[in-house]
Amino acid sequence: MTTLAGDTRAARPIPEIPPFLALGLRLAPSAPAGRILSEVARRILNRHPRLIERLGPYRQSRFALMATDVPISFLLDLGKDPVCVSLHAAPPEADARISGKLAALIGLVHCVWDGDALFFSRDLTIEGDTSAALALRNAIDDAELDIGAEIARLTGPLAGPAARIISLAEGLTGVPLTRTEAVR
Amino acid sequence: MMELVCPAGTPASLRAAVDAGAHTVYCGFADDTNARNFPGLNFSRPEMAEGIAYAHARGARVLVAINTFPRAGDEATWHRAVADASTAGADAVILADLGLIAHAAEAHPGLRLHLSVQAAAANADMINFYAATFGVKRVVLPRVLSVQEIAAINREIDVESEVFVFGGLCVMTEGRCSLSSYITGRSPNMNGVCSPASHVTYTEEDDELAARLGGYTIHRSAKSEAAPYPTLCKGCFKVGPRTGYVFEDPASLDASELLPALAKAGVCALKIEGRQRSRAYVAQVVRNFRNAVEALEAGQPMPAGMLAGLTEGQSATAGAYNKIWR
Amino acid sequence: MDLTIGPIQGFWDADLWSAFYARLAEEPAVKRVVIGELVCSKRLPFYQDRLPEAIEQLLAGGKEVAVTSLALVTLKRERKMTADLPGLGLDVEVNDLTALAHLPDGAQFSVGPLINVYNEGTLRFLARRGAARFCLPPELPAASVERLAKAAGTIPVDVWGWGRLPLAISGRCYHARYHDRPKDQCQFVCAEDPDGLAVDTLEDQKFLAINGVQTLSAQCANMAHALDRLRHLGVSGLRLSPQSTGFFEVIGLFRDLIDGRIDAEAFSEQALPHAPGGSFCDGFIDGPSGVAWRNQIPA
Repeated sequence: MTTLAGDTRAARPIPEIPPFLALGLRLAPSAPAGRILSEVARRILNRHPRLIERLGPYRQSRFALMATDVPISFLLDLGKDPVCVSLHAAPPEADARISGKLAALIGLVHCVWDGDALFFSRDLTIEGDTSAALALRNAIDDAELDIGAEIARLTGPLAGPAARIISLAEGLTGVPLTRTEAVR
Repeated sequence: MMELVCPAGTPASLRAAVDAGAHTVYCGFADDTNARNFPGLNFSRPEMAEGIAYAHARGARVLVAINTFPRAGDEATWHRAVADASTAGADAVILADLGLIAHAAEAHPGLRLHLSVQAAAANADMINFYAATFGVKRVVLPRVLSVQEIAAINREIDVESEVFVFGGLCVMTEGRCSLSSYITGRSPNMNGVCSPASHVTYTEEDDELAARLGGYTIHRSAKSEAAPYPTLCKGCFKVGPRTGYVFEDPASLDASELLPALAKAGVCALKIEGRQRSRAYVAQVVRNFRNAVEALEAGQPMPAGMLAGLTEGQSATAGAYNKIWR
Repeated sequence: MDLTIGPIQGFWDADLWSAFYARLAEEPAVKRVVIGELVCSKRLPFYQDRLPEAIEQLLAGGKEVAVTSLALVTLKRERKMTADLPGLGLDVEVNDLTALAHLPDGAQFSVGPLINVYNEGTLRFLARRGAARFCLPPELPAASVERLAKAAGTIPVDVWGWGRLPLAISGRCYHARYHDRPKDQCQFVCAEDPDGLAVDTLEDQKFLAINGVQTLSAQCANMAHALDRLRHLGVSGLRLSPQSTGFFEVIGLFRDLIDGRIDAEAFSEQALPHAPGGSFCDGFIDGPSGVAWRNQIPA
């Protein structure tokens, strides 16, 4: 297990998604969830134009993020205009596939765990175009993303309460849903 | 206090390093002029200028690594990199190629020159040659020297010396190795990459994970084991009847316990490898090393066990600094 | 196209060493010989006293003779060895820039394949310092060789023509490590493998070879098929790297090839039994990777 000291969330092992929540995620309708995530992805890319620039030759690539503890895969398709995120029960076709526990995938975006360190410990595995996966990881790392804050922002006037719910969910599940404060 | 020279692969990492206490940050342009030419890494011209401004506003320095060997017919790309680094306000450029150093010394007489580890200046005669011929101000020492040898070199040179203390470890003399292009067609010297991700495949076979580079098997690990990146000199190979890590174990360098000895050896700057690592990693390592050099300065003992878990394959070595490594 | 015989990379028995140079002196196909210790300073005392006689034989045989510097100079005795080279009165082949620091101003010298001459700026700098011959790094592609040969003008430029490629040099001795010995107590175990010790992958792919602190290619470089191309690029000579057996047969085949008595196909067929490691590569010049042979990466 590889963790970073200094962030209390990081000091804990990467959590499994609790079974009741895994069931809930499996039963959740995938089309609306895909629409919400696509909207989040578009907003993120609008706010961080350098993220796409940084992807260089991979700015049109398809990335599959496959959770190993929940029967869900995400497909981030940068070739579509506008950018599209879809949810799949089975692993979708993609240029690069990154698999790991859902918490590891989300935590990676939030810089809680170091991508290389997770990879050395086999908490993350990469298949397909390793170069594309590396470019995505580096571009995301530079963008200092906060998916929790983006989702909260989506809720408009309810952003405050939404952020509190996300924070509560983070506490209950151990999944790092927001950017870590330990590192700016 | 010993100067901490910290890696930044992205502008976010640069800010993280400066905020975590880096005295100096080193980084490169997003092309093959620098030795960490990895997908998604490095700085555009505007990002470099912004990064330098951010560091300078907080009292930190920025060194621009232009440490690959210019391609014949395309030297202008490297010359432009040196000119742009100078214009952006870089505190020094880190160079390896003899021709490029000669060009920089002539075309940018005010620009401070550091000799890259890729120049493989492993003795006082060669370092003094670079100092006398080009006015090089600092040498990054090759990772083939013991602490005693570093001390001996420092007694014979007038320029500053910088040594690697943490991160990835080259077992070959850097700048003198073409293993990577032999297997993949792309090398540190020519392309700024070693064992490039574009040539890496991981395949699960019979409960094992095979890591291959350019079709050559570098590791096979059981599902439960750590999976080192298939860097070709750190693979598991067969020689005669034996199987093992012929060149080097998949370990990384941790010389944190040698900081007092390195200070005594006259080393002025400590370099952390890892421009390809995340900003979380950079911040963590920088913060710990800053605490360590401050403790050293105050005459206090080194904080122990501060970096476990951040090294490749979870094991670390002090490399050539201990003579027995050879 | 001239033939230069590079320094012996492996550690050879002293009698074999002497016999090799005595025979080389009589070999009409060879124009130039680079002699001396390239890889490990600890080996030199085993044949140092035989150097003057070998050099004398080579000169008497009409060969041009150069003496190589070490590939990596760190220790005090290595610095002294390097500083003493210009005093031998022979052409010095610089294979570590430390040697450059010890050459008197204006002295002529040769630049060996282990010096990073990747571009015209470096070549011109060295030429201004007195470089009168270059053997380019084996890693260079054809486009670079062409530009460098052009930039060199009348200065002759050679490329690596035959032999296991010098891919890396280290502070660590892999032979000692393999035999679980500290470097300081290596007992000269690399002498067991005068042409290098093969390193295979876990799936038995021929990969590399170790030679003390040096790492060589498993495959033997063979530039026969690139010969005409190299001529057109402006290359004036090929470097052949010595091996402990079959080397004079290889020299003869190269002479036949250069003089047009055999073609590259016939050369490769007849030379293969003499290739260390039993297979060829020529990929650095225009293949997808150095290990490729005629654009094919070995399976």
